[in-house]
Amino acid sequence: MAPPRVSPAGPPMLEVKALVAGYGAVRILRGVDLTVGAGEIVALLGSNGAGKSTLNNNICGLFRPFGGTISFEGEPIAGAASTRIVDRGLIQVPEGRRVFPNLSVRENLELGSYRRGRAARPRNLERVTTIFPRLRERWTQLAGTLSGGEQQMLAIGRSLMGEPRLLILDEPSLGLSPLLVEEMFALIQRINADGLAILLVEQNVVQSLAIAHRAYVLENGRVALEGPAATLAEDPALRRSYLGH
Amino acid sequence: MPDLPIILAGVINGLLAGGIYVLVAVGLTLIYGVLHIINFAHGSLLMLAMYAVFFLFKPPVGIDPYLALPIVTGGAFIFGYLVYRWLIGRFNHGRDENILLITLGLSIVIDNAALMFFTGDIQTIDVPYAGRMVELGAAFLPVPKIISFFAALLLCGALGLYMARSDTGKAIRALAKERQGARLVGIDVDKLFAVSYGIGIACLGAAACLLMPTFYVSPTSGHAFVLIAFTTVVLGGMGSFAGAAVGGFIIGITESLGGLLLGEQLGQIGISLIFILILLLRPSGLFGGKG
Ligand SMILES: Nc1ncnc2c1ncn2[C@@H]1O[C@H](COP(=O)(O)OP(=O)(O)O)[C@@H](O)[C@H]1O
Ligand SMILES: [Mg+2]
Repeated sequence: MAPPRVSPAGPPMLEVKALVAGYGAVRILRGVDLTVGAGEIVALLGSNGAGKSTLNNNICGLFRPFGGTISFEGEPIAGAASTRIVDRGLIQVPEGRRVFPNLSVRENLELGSYRRGRAARPRNLERVTTIFPRLRERWTQLAGTLSGGEQQMLAIGRSLMGEPRLLILDEPSLGLSPLLVEEMFALIQRINADGLAILLVEQNVVQSLAIAHRAYVLENGRVALEGPAATLAEDPALRRSYLGH
Repeated sequence: MPDLPIILAGVINGLLAGGIYVLVAVGLTLIYGVLHIINFAHGSLLMLAMYAVFFLFKPPVGIDPYLALPIVTGGAFIFGYLVYRWLIGRFNHGRDENILLITLGLSIVIDNAALMFFTGDIQTIDVPYAGRMVELGAAFLPVPKIISFFAALLLCGALGLYMARSDTGKAIRALAKERQGARLVGIDVDKLFAVSYGIGIACLGAAACLLMPTFYVSPTSGHAFVLIAFTTVVLGGMGSFAGAAVGGFIIGITESLGGLLLGEQLGQIGISLIFILILLLRPSGLFGGKG
């Protein structure tokens, strides 16, 4: 299965410019520029603690950036409330899944359309359970009792219930068995093929570059490398730091 | 030792009283479950609601306490919502301990304001049906207590259904355990905190309407109920709805039987005893998760 190596042409959906962000007095991101175009998979790579999740959470309105701009489909969203950002269809599947452990699988999915896509809830429940038949088997089970892989399916399913226009996936393969990791990447490619733009944060460099159109490498709060995924896959510096050869 | 029919009557009376305890405790446990704090203002706000019922009953308004229920319950919801929005949400600076202190401060202010404006006198309302009784075996059951029992059950049932079925109810439950996940699906976390606090206080508004036909109000009359409600919540398991329901009835029966066996003055000892026992034997409560 050869991945498309050329980005689908389109104006940037998400545009991050000179973003400075952090916690309290600590700056983590020191001027990050990044774009995601319509229909693209963009991989965001970087070692642990590089600031990838910080970037996601600032984009999604969980934290207020110190400086710089973020725009989504032309509208400035830096510092906007997370509710407004979800309204626009920019949805994140966070690191650690963050499913609602005390709610059933069904209720978790229903809450995915708490703000967006409520009218189409029955249809989207169908769609999500077609993608993840396993969730249907666990329908009334509390999310906290699911396995890690099932929770990850649930977290992704929940995000799809909100009919995202752009999906941020923060380390979706973390903690999954190698077989499930394979499935996860195939799945990401499949939902992208339906036209959904994806910002994919990963430590799994090889597999991410294999399905992404473009990629960024974050180091010390800055973008250290960027370019087409195929080019980055051959980059000597990247191979040295992340692949050990 | 009193004979069986009298004990049975005591149990029924306790059950009837328990309805109100359940209502007050459900409010407390809901606030605890979502905000992770004990609402120290619970008793003071109940007292305030009881005064509201009292003044609505007096001329020139003259509304029967049962008819006042939708008004006082709705008013209590709005009051609680605004207290959260203007006071708790604004000054907690993201720390649960601060919420605790704010509710404690609020209760001190309310208690003293009540003392200043309403004096320390005991106030009652005279409804024509106050003394009406229904005979059931050896038990003579006051009609207002029967009404309050069924009304409390109905309201708790409706609230339970709302929490289970509605999107808002699901979102509140989601928020209780996973705030960041809630933000990421677009739940307005601060608003739903305020709504939860409002619902908890609305329970007090309803309880006040059901209490006033048979109870008195004074600036300290909330205290008795807070001790009971707190014991109920600990007994049932902090944050558990079912626990608050079962706990409320157990406490009501304990109080009633304690009064029967030990005399009215000592009846409350049983409640303190339960409190100590549950802390010793099962600190997470009957329906609590791991302690
Ligand atoms: N809530 C927080 N408060 C303070 N520091 C944080 C917080 N979250 C992350 N950090 C710090 O920010 C840095 C970047 O973390 P993060 O964005 O999670 O990195 P990554 O996702 O790339 O592994 C780390 O040094 C981390 O300790
Ligand atoms: Mg991270």
